[in-house]
Amino acid sequence: MVKHCIPSNYKEALVKLNEEPYQLVAGGTDLMVQHRLWGGVPVDLMNHVLFLANLSELKSIQKQGKCLRIGAMMSLQDILNHPDTSSLLKKAIGEMASPGIRHIATLAGNIGNASPAGDGLVPLLLYDAFVVLESIDGTREVRIQDYIIGPRQTIRKQNELIREIVVPLKDFTNETFVKVGGRKADAISKVSFAGAARIEEGILKDIRFAFGAVYKTVVRSKEVEESLIGRTISELQTAIPTIKKKMDALIHPIDDQRSNKKYRRLVALNLLETFLKDLSL
Amino acid sequence: MKTIEFILNGELVRVDDPLNTRLLDILRNRFKLVGTKEGCGEGECGACSVLIDHKVVNSCMVPLANVCGKTVMTIEGYRKTTRYNLLEEAFMNQGAVQCGFCTPGMIMATESLLHSNPHPSVEEIKIGLSGNLCRCTGYQMIIKAVLEASEKGAGLW
Repeated sequence: MVKHCIPSNYKEALVKLNEEPYQLVAGGTDLMVQHRLWGGVPVDLMNHVLFLANLSELKSIQKQGKCLRIGAMMSLQDILNHPDTSSLLKKAIGEMASPGIRHIATLAGNIGNASPAGDGLVPLLLYDAFVVLESIDGTREVRIQDYIIGPRQTIRKQNELIREIVVPLKDFTNETFVKVGGRKADAISKVSFAGAARIEEGILKDIRFAFGAVYKTVVRSKEVEESLIGRTISELQTAIPTIKKKMDALIHPIDDQRSNKKYRRLVALNLLETFLKDLSL
Repeated sequence: MKTIEFILNGELVRVDDPLNTRLLDILRNRFKLVGTKEGCGEGECGACSVLIDHKVVNSCMVPLANVCGKTVMTIEGYRKTTRYNLLEEAFMNQGAVQCGFCTPGMIMATESLLHSNPHPSVEEIKIGLSGNLCRCTGYQMIIKAVLEASEKGAGLW
């Protein structure tokens, strides 16, 4: 018999999860669609299920020093509305889904679902954000870059939950998030791109860029980024063809029902070029 | 089996359906509240929009478990309000209803929008209704209807 549980508090959720494996459901906006059968029939979640959406302990968001700590059950809309949420994160979340989904979907769910087209993952990787995983044995912090290892694959242990997402905030002077999809709202991305930089007196002090939906996980190259730090903006402009070439080698888009490899590659690199060119404005 | 309690259109209800049942199916099949429509069943059309704790959500994506202790309102409950009367009039004045299939969802999304932002700009209305598809009107009349309601209903939201 498959068990469906609504833990009455966070502790109970951790205890249950330690006893046997459960499918974790937060807002449900991905899982309820992925496992639906037909009208009138409960969705087929296959395993034991823990419904976590109502855990009030995980519904907080706070700025602690230079970090934004987002409780795992905060809805996208709550994060979007919060005054401490950075403008880049707001821009990305504002492009995700639609109000009817943002009111219930969570960023932790976006991470747990580990879709290559998860829009929330792109800015999170750009910030070097990490998740705090908790089990009855204790907590550990894992960078989201290391947490997601492939489509729908994470390194979460059976008895662990994402408790919060920690975003180390940065003072960027330039930032952009672009989502390319078939519709303004509710589209699953063909390509997404986030870029950010800090420029002081014409010198690049920090630069980061990441692509979504062009590989099995988000693509970001610290090696390429670090090679640009300390350069002037005009040096950066000269280096654009080389940067594009390096990133071209790192992305491996696929053909699917939403787009094709050729388009994705072209658009991803054009978005990068536009971001880099705009830094000189 | 666990019994789920929530407030539906102002009344406390108890349901003992499986927790992984879609809220949409509970509303339509258990309570016969068929004003809430199933369009796409995957969160793209907004025909199944209802309010949970006064915020618009796609009821096709919500497991019954997640409404435990919440307040749910459908078009049938909302139509008893003054705000609904005003919206109905504005939608009629502007010709914002043709086949009507999307209309309950549009109305619920409008209520959610005006509740959080009583005087939205055209751009804010477009974002507020971005999850709701209408294949008849071309949206302009719906946007005008929301503008008319927000103007005439000053103080109501």
